[in-house]
Amino acid sequence: MIVLNNVHKSYVSGSNSLHVLKGLNLEIGAGEFVSIMGPSGSGKSTLLNILGILDDYDEGSYQLDGKKIKGLNEKQAAITRNEMIGFVFQSFNLISFKNAKENVALPLYYQHISRRKRNAIALEYLDKFGLKEWADHLPSELSGGQKQRVAIARALISKPKIILADEPTGALDTATSFEVMEILKEVNDQGITVIIVTHEHDIAAMTRKIIRLKDGRIEETIINGELKMYREKVRTDKTFNYV
Amino acid sequence: MFDVDIWQEIFSTIKKNKLRTFLTGFSVAWGIFMLMVLLGSGNGLQNGVKEEFADNAVNIMWLWTGETSIPYQGLKEGREIKFNNQDYDFLTSKAKDIDQVSSRFFLRGDIIYSYGKEYGSFSTSTCHPTLMDMEKIKLTKGRFINDLDMREFRKVIVIGDDIRKALFKEEDPIGKYLKVGSVPFKVIGISKDPKSNSNRQAYMPFTTAQRLFNGGDRVHNFTLTTRMVKTVKEAEAIDNNVREQLAKRHDFDPTDKRAMGSFNMLTEYIRTMKIFQAIKMFVWIIGIGTLIAGIVGVSNIMLILVKERTREIGIRKALGATPGSVIGLVLLESVLITTIAGYLGLIMGVGLMEALNFGLERMFAQGGGDQIFFRNPTVDFITALSATAILVLSGALAGYIPARKAANVKPIEALRDE
Repeated sequence: MIVLNNVHKSYVSGSNSLHVLKGLNLEIGAGEFVSIMGPSGSGKSTLLNILGILDDYDEGSYQLDGKKIKGLNEKQAAITRNEMIGFVFQSFNLISFKNAKENVALPLYYQHISRRKRNAIALEYLDKFGLKEWADHLPSELSGGQKQRVAIARALISKPKIILADEPTGALDTATSFEVMEILKEVNDQGITVIIVTHEHDIAAMTRKIIRLKDGRIEETIINGELKMYREKVRTDKTFNYV
Repeated sequence: MFDVDIWQEIFSTIKKNKLRTFLTGFSVAWGIFMLMVLLGSGNGLQNGVKEEFADNAVNIMWLWTGETSIPYQGLKEGREIKFNNQDYDFLTSKAKDIDQVSSRFFLRGDIIYSYGKEYGSFSTSTCHPTLMDMEKIKLTKGRFINDLDMREFRKVIVIGDDIRKALFKEEDPIGKYLKVGSVPFKVIGISKDPKSNSNRQAYMPFTTAQRLFNGGDRVHNFTLTTRMVKTVKEAEAIDNNVREQLAKRHDFDPTDKRAMGSFNMLTEYIRTMKIFQAIKMFVWIIGIGTLIAGIVGVSNIMLILVKERTREIGIRKALGATPGSVIGLVLLESVLITTIAGYLGLIMGVGLMEALNFGLERMFAQGGGDQIFFRNPTVDFITALSATAILVLSGALAGYIPARKAANVKPIEALRDE
């Protein structure tokens, strides 16, 4: 699904150049449930932006579902994002003056689907997440967990191949965080690739693969047995501080 | 372009920011309102002054004679210059730049008009049929002097409405005979200047008057219309040309204003109209300046709006909004605000001027308002239309820079958690 080959990315500001990604190689198959971890400055947000076609890279190659992503113009990028990728953000990023239903329906607006049809679909998705009664409420009238569920519904409505979640539980309490992770797991069970960026070990431990970045490179990929150990450690060792 | 959704998007943002939208719209409405009021006032002033010129043909010219004040070709000053019938023939046939001519012969002394027991003293204008056209004489009844009257030296007369009232009271004077001095004249028409309170003038054929009152071939003055021109320079040239032609016939210095006086309306008319052209231009400049202030206001507000909505635009772009759709959103909102507000301003401005006009017309209809140089202060359809076009255009202009800024919003930057 995602193949990154020797990807470099630098940010240039004035005479300073900041080399963020230093030859990243990464392969994520369809249907994987992956978390990306790493200290701040390790390049995880940059990686997510490149994966989400919100930013371009300098060198190397990125293939998304067999399609090479490089130097797309804004329109092509927008269309690809709309069709392929669903975003979930830490701060939900719902549009404040639109109610839950309209927020969920927004991606379909950009697919030029009629208002009635997309509102019906949005209602269906809200129903799936138990939010049907809240369809006509503004985001400010919803709790954090409800907001994130609305955001996930919005990310899913365009039937994307990938969900990119940037600290999806960062603004939520533990119970709600687990609830949201449970939903993301269900989404993943339907065959959608889910990639989340997080710095919380217990959240990362709920995914099936952990990619740890350090200084613009992949330091470690934890899967299978190692992951089991990792999970055990997270559960038992309260002082555990791996990052 | 016509997409219900995009309008719903726009209306929802407008609804959310009522005060801001109102203030923005107000500045545009005010701009166009002022433009309309200024243009209307300019037109009103121009029409008012035009109305002053409307008493006569704008290219009318009067010539009269006096004594020479400059020695000329061995002839000393103080000579009396007199027009005659040959001058009339010359002016109507050979003279250059001249269109219509009417001679006038003054009746000497106090001429008493009488009918039955009623009598009074009124002024008499002796003229050719062309005078009606040149001095814009309006008849309420009957006809004006014609060529047959002239040829046959008929004793016919057109009387002013005040003469009719004084001599005939309620009687219909047409076909009746009144006496001018001791000579009976048949009344053929009644004239009335709707704008004047005094209609004490009577008109009789020049030929009749000249013969009847022992004029010989003497002409006291000429009323004529000249070739129509566009510039003051040309009008002055015509004036000089006419003077030169007559100076040659009567041997006086063409610059001698005492020997022959002349007044050329066209010069004044063109000069006045030039002033109004300048006023009109000035009004447009001020009006458009006011409008630009309004438009800059809209642009400013839209910029703030884009800044405020950066995050929202970022979300939209992340969800698949193309730059085109973002530009459309901002641009349409800007055009919508300017167009609606501008149209309201247009209606208010035009409405005010129409109301003013209504009041003025009523005042004029009641016979008042002689001293007001202000008529029909309205804006014509084409001007209003072009103002509307300017509005839509400026709305697009006002929205363009903010829209570009919106389209350039980078989702990563917009969505960064602060």
